Parts: sequence; structure tokens; C-alpha cells
Amino acid sequence: MLYREAGQFKSTYAADQAIFPLRQDRIGLFAILGLAFIAVPLLADDFILDAIAIPFLILALATIGLNILTGYAGQLSLGTGGFMGAGAYACYKLTTSFPEANIILLILLSGVFSAAIGIVFGLPSLRIKGLYLAVTTLAAQFFLEWCFIRIGWLYNYNVSGAIDSPERNTIGGLVLTGPNASSVTRYIVVLAIVALITLLAKNLVRGRIGRSWMMIRDMDIAAELMGVRPLIAKLSAFAVSSYICGVAGAMFVFFYLGSVEPAAFSITLSFQILFMVIVGGLGSLIGCYFGAAFIWILPIFLRNGLPMIGIDIGAENVVHLTSMIVGVLIILFLIWEPHGLARLWQIGKEKLRVWPFPYA
Amino acid sequence: MSLLYDILVAPFVQMADAPDFLAQVLWEGFVSGILYALIALGFVLIFKASGVFNFAQGIMVVFAALTLVGLYQKGVPALLALVLTIAVMGLLALAVERFIMRPLVNQPHVILLMATIGLTYFLVGLGELVFGGEPKQMITTELGLPTGSTEIPFGERGVVILQHIDIAAAVIAILMVAGLGLFFNRTRIGRALRAVADDHQAALSVGISLNQIWAIVWFAAGIVALATGIMWGARSDVSFALEIIALRALPVLILGGFTSVPGAIVGGLIVGIGEKLGEIYWGPLLGGGIESWLAYMIALVFLLFRPQGLFGERIIERV
Repeated sequence: MLYREAGQFKSTYAADQAIFPLRQDRIGLFAILGLAFIAVPLLADDFILDAIAIPFLILALATIGLNILTGYAGQLSLGTGGFMGAGAYACYKLTTSFPEANIILLILLSGVFSAAIGIVFGLPSLRIKGLYLAVTTLAAQFFLEWCFIRIGWLYNYNVSGAIDSPERNTIGGLVLTGPNASSVTRYIVVLAIVALITLLAKNLVRGRIGRSWMMIRDMDIAAELMGVRPLIAKLSAFAVSSYICGVAGAMFVFFYLGSVEPAAFSITLSFQILFMVIVGGLGSLIGCYFGAAFIWILPIFLRNGLPMIGIDIGAENVVHLTSMIVGVLIILFLIWEPHGLARLWQIGKEKLRVWPFPYA
Repeated sequence: MSLLYDILVAPFVQMADAPDFLAQVLWEGFVSGILYALIALGFVLIFKASGVFNFAQGIMVVFAALTLVGLYQKGVPALLALVLTIAVMGLLALAVERFIMRPLVNQPHVILLMATIGLTYFLVGLGELVFGGEPKQMITTELGLPTGSTEIPFGERGVVILQHIDIAAAVIAILMVAGLGLFFNRTRIGRALRAVADDHQAALSVGISLNQIWAIVWFAAGIVALATGIMWGARSDVSFALEIIALRALPVLILGGFTSVPGAIVGGLIVGIGEKLGEIYWGPLLGGGIESWLAYMIALVFLLFRPQGLFGERIIERV
């Protein structure tokens, strides 16, 4: 009854091409944004912000990055962790070399470095396809991980081998990063960056470049015959994907963890992001948020939620149980709903349109 | 100039100076190459028969070894534990066929790859939940495998130390490959396997049951995994750290081609020996630890020139 497009006529091309053509969707979007920007910082405590909201947003951004490469351009990558690390280390080097520069600008800039690395490791994709390519992206993962451990210049030769986020302020004196930054500030900054990049990504994937990515994904030979240049399409997918992953990686260090060892960007992280993409839905941006929320919150729920309802499984077993459940879920999703949670969301919206009738 | 000297000349001078050390390095590389080849063999078996890139092969190695040791620690005699482990791998094969392969038949390769990554996570969780995550000692002597070492004089003054377990590993690997070769060429099931590998539909039309073949091939891969697990476990402890070794076996597949058994063996030896030589003679230049990516880089460069691997079938694309 409420969710129906009847009576909403488009009189301009701009209105017809809008991201959210339905008025109800626009209202819903602004409600969610309002909730995220105003209600959450007011109501949530530090635990929720630090342990759930901030990492969820950052991982959702990394998921968007991988989804562009895997879901839209069809190039399976297992090197996401490495590209995130590249962004993080680039940002660390930048901010220690230019302490005066605005940290947000540097974070956005650090993605450029990981994009360059992404292009280099994307070059084989011009010759290699499918499974072979997936294995070669592991080369990026292991090589970058090795760089983070062995090249002292990257972490300024400090003894621990870890990088930590130094304290940086904006012009107004607001502490953005470092141990003294408040959770609310970091949350707002992360949210703003994630929302902005999501908007850009949405416009990319529905525009000319995004369509050429999808053509390459669906059938590269046909795409080539129809005038899509594979070189440009594949490398731009690698570049955009690693840019977004790099920004996510930089935020992962500067706004979430504060201090990381190279092991944080290991292949486990790559797989975690890949799972978020699969569970959320390949080739869907809203799915990235669903997937990230699901995979990130599941272990937290198992750890904190189950004891609350009277089931105690022991702290050390939570990790194993999570791993098992995630494994089974991945297989189930691939069998039952290969388009992931995003598809369920879409089905729900379709049902809502014809409600209260069973068929339209 | 001195850098060029370090890269191009110094390592070879080093090799010529100590031929016994070089022989030792080559032997070590040969043994780990054989073990890589065994892991790759498990991959190839499954890929040939079902087109599944089985990412979980590495974890099956750990899982098999862990089950064996775990059962032994729970008081089961060693040989009975071995039989039980084989039974567990059989059950696993049946379950994989029933719950993963059958519902996902005819899906794109990439979907099947992701399903096996899911299987990997499931097996990691299951293994740690049942047997615990701490490293375990492989029951080498209880299984009747030799321990100890022999020193062979080499050159004028040097010796090469051969661990007996390494020799056993090499012998078992060779026997296994020979056995698989016989199985593929001489038995009824083996021929059915090859028929399935060639063409699923043609195999179906002459009355070969795909489901049965898949279960058998996963079981065979499980047995290979168990043998690999015992050998790796005897060289180091049995723990989930072995998983990383399975990831190292992936470049072997690229080098050898996904569908070639000889390719897996040759690729394994190239990677094993190349890795050891690179690590010992060129590694210090780069600060060490290059083992983790050297094989990948070799494979990546190699792929640029020959996308189907050394022995792989030529990739023909139809539109």
C-alpha cells in the first residue's frame, strides 16, 4: 500500500535516470542517513561505535572495492588484504612525511598508491582468465605481505615492525586520529567517507565504465567485438577496486585499529572480504553492506549474544564455531541464493509493492 | 655493478665453493617438491574429474593428519586409527558429493571455487573444535615409518645428510603416482574416471554415474591428502600452520597445468627446488623470507607466456 510507484510520473530525463526513482526509496535513504549521522552518535555507546559500527563501515567499503572487481568486472581476486595494506602503509608514510597535511586528504590520496599497485597486478588479467587469475592475485597478496614485513622503510624502521596512527587534528583543533580521538568523531568521519565513496561507486557502475565492466564479466569476447577495450575496462576495474580497498585499509588503521602488525592484512582478511561479497551478493552495492554486517556481527553475536540467552559454548570454541558456520553459510548461499542477501532484499521489495495482494 | 655481481655471479661462486651444501639444498628442495607435487596431485585428480578447483585440498591434508593423530591420542591403536582416518576421508567424500557437488553441478568454475573456500573454513573449524588447535606430534614410529638419518660422503670432504623419513616420502610418493597411473589405465573405475574427465555428457550417455565418480575421486584425493599429511606432519608438527604450505602448492598447479598429472609432479619439483635455491642463495639479498612469494612470481611470469601451464590442455574458447 505504502510502497508503490503509482502516480509518480517522470517529466524530465534527469528524474527518470535518478539513482532512486521512487519517492519512498528517497525518503528511506534520507531516513537511514539521518539515523546513521545523527541518531547513532547520540544513542550508541563507545563499545557499539568502536567494535561494531566503525569496523562494519570500513569493511563494507572494502567489500564495495572487491565487489566492483569480482561482482561487476568478473575478475576474482584473492588479494584484497594486500591492497588494503598497501593503502594503509601509503597513508602511514604520507602522514609521517607530511605531518602538517590534512589526514582526510592523505587517506583519500593513499588510495592512489594502492590503485597503482592494483594496476600492476591487474596486468596479467589481460592474458589470464578465471581460476588461473585467482591464483595469480594470491601472488599480490603474498608479495605485498612480505613487503610490509621486510621493507623497513615502509614502517620507518621502528623496532616493533608495526605501524600506528599518530595524532592528527583538523584546522579547528578537532582530534581526528590517534589514541585521543573520540569514538564519535572517528565514526562521523568514517561514515562520511564511506557514504561519499558509495555514491561515487554507484554512479560509476551505472555509467559507461560500469557497463563496460559488466560486459567484460558476462562475455569478454562479445564485449570486445562490440567495442569495449578489454585493456581499459579490466585495468580500470583493478584501479578503482584497489583505490577503494586502499582507502578502506588506511581507515582500518587510522580510525579503527590504531596500530597494526603486517599480519592484519593477511590472506584471512582477503577471504573475509570475499565472504562478505558472496553473502551480500555479487554485483550489488547494497549487498556489500548486508554482507559486511552479517559476517562482522555473526561472531560478535555468537560471543556476546548466545550467553545472554543461556547457551554457553566457551570463548575459544566461538572462533571455531564461527568458522564452521561461515563455511556452511557460504556453501548454502552459493546453492540457494547465489545473488546473496541483496537478492532477498529485492524479493522483499517486490512483495511489498503488491502487498496486500499475493500477485500484482 | 656490485649489485649485479651479487645477483649474477656471487650465488654461483657460493655453489661451486661448497658442492656438498648445494647437494644438500637440492635434496631438501627435491623432497619438499615431492610433497608439493602430492598436494597438487590431489588438486588435479578433482579438477580433471569434476572441473572443481579444490581450494580445500590443503586443509584436507591438515584435517586427515589431525584426525589420525587425534584418534591416536584418544587411545586408538595406530593402525586402527589409520583405517578409521581413511573411513573419515571416505565419509567426507560422500558428504562433499552429496551436499556440495550435486546441488552445484554445472555452475561456473568460480562459484565452485568459492564453495570449496567455504568447505575450507568448515573443515578448519571442525578440526579445531574436535581435536584442538595446538600443534601435535606426528605418530611416525607408531606407523612403522623410519626415523633417523644417513650421512653420505660427497666430494672430497663434504657429507650430505639424508633423513630416512624423506627417503620414505619420496618412495611413497613414487609408489602412489605409479599406483594412480595403474588405477587410471587398467581398472574399470579408472577408465570411467578418464571418460568423465574427457566429456561429462558422453560419459553419462554410456551409463557412467557422475555422482559415483565424484565421490570416488574425492575419496582418492582424500587418500592422497592423508599420505601428504603424514609426510608433512613427520617433517614438522601437525597444526593448521600447514595450511600455508597448501597455498604454496598453488603455483605448482599453474606451472604444471590444472589437468595434468605429470605437470603436477614436474611443477612440484621445479617449485620445490627453485624455492630452496632462491631462498638460500638469493634470499639474503632481499632480506630473506622470499619463499612465501617466489613461486607465485615465477608462476605469474610463466603464465604471461603460456596461459595453460606446462602440460595443460590448450584453452580453446568458443563463442
